Amino acid sequence: MSDGTNAREAILGRIREALQDVPASEHPEVVAVERTYLHSGSSERVEVIERFIERVTDYKVKVKRVGVRELPAAIAAACAERGVKRLVAPTDLPPDWAPAQVELLRDDPPLSDAQLDGSDGVLTGCALGIAQTGTIVLDGGSAQGRRVLTLLPDYHLCVINEAQIVELVPEAITRLGDAIRLHHRPLTFVSGPSATSDIELNRVEGVHGPRTLDVLVVS
Amino acid sequence: MSEPTGLSLKGRPLPTFQSMAKQALGNSQLRRNLRKATSTIRDKRARVVGEMPDWEELREAGRALKERALRHLDTYLLELEASVRRAGGQVHWARDAEEANAIIARIVEDHGAREVIKVKSLTTDEIRLNSALAVRGIKAIETDLAELIIQLAGEGSSHILVPAIHKNRAEIREIFRRELKVEELTDEPRDLTAAARAHLRRKFLSTPVAISGVNFAVAETGSVCVVESEGNGRMCVTLPQVLISVMGIEKVLPTWQDMEVFLQLLPRSSTAERMNPYTSLWTGMHEGDGPREFHLVLLDNGRTQVLADTVSRQTLNCIRCSACLNICPVYERTGGHAYSSVYPGPIGAILTPQLLGIKQASTLPYASSLCGACYDVCPVKINIPQILIYLRGRVVRQKRLSHRLRERADPEGMVMRVIARTFAMRSRYEQAQKLAQLGQLPLKRGDFIEWLPGELGNWTIMRDLPAVPKQSFRDWWRERQQARRSGEESEA
Repeated sequence: MSDGTNAREAILGRIREALQDVPASEHPEVVAVERTYLHSGSSERVEVIERFIERVTDYKVKVKRVGVRELPAAIAAACAERGVKRLVAPTDLPPDWAPAQVELLRDDPPLSDAQLDGSDGVLTGCALGIAQTGTIVLDGGSAQGRRVLTLLPDYHLCVINEAQIVELVPEAITRLGDAIRLHHRPLTFVSGPSATSDIELNRVEGVHGPRTLDVLVVS
Repeated sequence: MSEPTGLSLKGRPLPTFQSMAKQALGNSQLRRNLRKATSTIRDKRARVVGEMPDWEELREAGRALKERALRHLDTYLLELEASVRRAGGQVHWARDAEEANAIIARIVEDHGAREVIKVKSLTTDEIRLNSALAVRGIKAIETDLAELIIQLAGEGSSHILVPAIHKNRAEIREIFRRELKVEELTDEPRDLTAAARAHLRRKFLSTPVAISGVNFAVAETGSVCVVESEGNGRMCVTLPQVLISVMGIEKVLPTWQDMEVFLQLLPRSSTAERMNPYTSLWTGMHEGDGPREFHLVLLDNGRTQVLADTVSRQTLNCIRCSACLNICPVYERTGGHAYSSVYPGPIGAILTPQLLGIKQASTLPYASSLCGACYDVCPVKINIPQILIYLRGRVVRQKRLSHRLRERADPEGMVMRVIARTFAMRSRYEQAQKLAQLGQLPLKRGDFIEWLPGELGNWTIMRDLPAVPKQSFRDWWRERQQARRSGEESEA
């Protein structure tokens, strides 16, 4: 590893030489960063939730609002509509979410990649939602499971509670602080189904991730 | 049409931009493809940026955060190294392309892998990783749709975000038919995409090592971020046992909170979306979720050279969004291959000469009309026109040195000295204006001069020269002042 150490010292040396104009006493925080952009939203809750739904829908996602009591029926209806017979679920899926007519593939013991690839879809919760961008964030926390669960199946049904929706991106980053700093959790920001614009800049939904994403917003 | 071009510090000089541009301009299919693509994305970008009430504040914060990170780059890189190690990752440092390629190849060989999957990464294109691996018998499979298209076509990228922007659907269908051996295939983007999905799914499930680039890395937490659309990035950072991520040293950000700025600036500037479909962030390793080994390679490869120049240091602010390419009237016409580099467009015109050395890429700073549109759209406020002019100055000084011409014998220098003397004094300048008014008469056609004799003709080969008007601004001003004064006198 002696060569590796050399490279490290050499690069650090080059950087310090390149930065001779920076006074040795300068603390990084002295370099002024004006954070005058918006940090939190000012919209009413009703508007925030409506905007979330509108912007998730813009990505060609089917979004449905349901009451807590209607949730199990809504999950079962979504699975039936999408023809899902084998549904992947994280180990801690709330018991009343599991639809009756569907074979549930619980990730306990961990499912193989081949099993996931052979399933029809996956059902999860999420960490939070961002109204401004129509984004869902997964952090591997409650009712979400490993990252691969929401990656290999071709259909993702995601449940979000109204209380989990924030208005702006900076609010989401603040809320995710503990997941990153304390728990080192992997995060996935999901904005619509996988897509590409590589052919003549035409957006096509569905490349390698799930080709279909449905969202249930629970009030 | 072009070889995949990397940036090696020991390379020969690049072909001149002018000669490459001339070739590209002759290809009318290319020009049609580019015009359609760039105008589409320009409109979309304007729309999603327009809906942000705090866009200018975000740009300023993005610029300032990059300045902070760059002015204290050693501190933040050491902090990043410590954070990644604490979270279970391994950190490697590479002075140049060769060193980075050797580190990566050794890790791949340690795991006995003959194939690796790759997420689209400009940095690995820059160091020509794929050919370095090929030499050692390792096959690198590109998983981004556009990268796959050009890899199958045996070509180089022509756009930093959409590498196959120069190809239309019919051309792509032919490539897939030939290379993926798909018989029944329409030229619908949906069908073409499905063919790529089927081809790559098996690779994702069976390849043990993946290589990615890095969009951002957070010093405070050691979190590494990959921003993408297709899900191939998620596949690569989640499925394989070993993940190797390569990042230029300038990609480091001080704190987790700083991500709130860049996750807003990047998607709207690059794909013109409110948010890109998938953003993955991971912090070292995660028990039972994802790779069992994570390596982060920190690459210099000329970046410290850029850092040392206080005028052009801001070039390293770049977050590779490609908004400057899409807005550039020169790029729209010549396409990316004319820049002979993995970094085309306005950002390439300033970055490539700095990474390679001004001698190797001396025509790139001239690949611009200096209209300034690139500066206006840049999400981290890189003053590209200013740096272009600054680099042109360096090109001129470099040429003088290398031609060993004494300043007096250099015709361009002579002309410039005469002009400087003329502009330095009012009376001389006004005299020159009068002379030009008379002298231009035989050459003038309407308001323009289309042809100049002798050496001066080099100017009019490419463009018309506006004629000197009958009345100069100075004369008009003098007349106006006189008229006022006489008006005041008559009032009194």
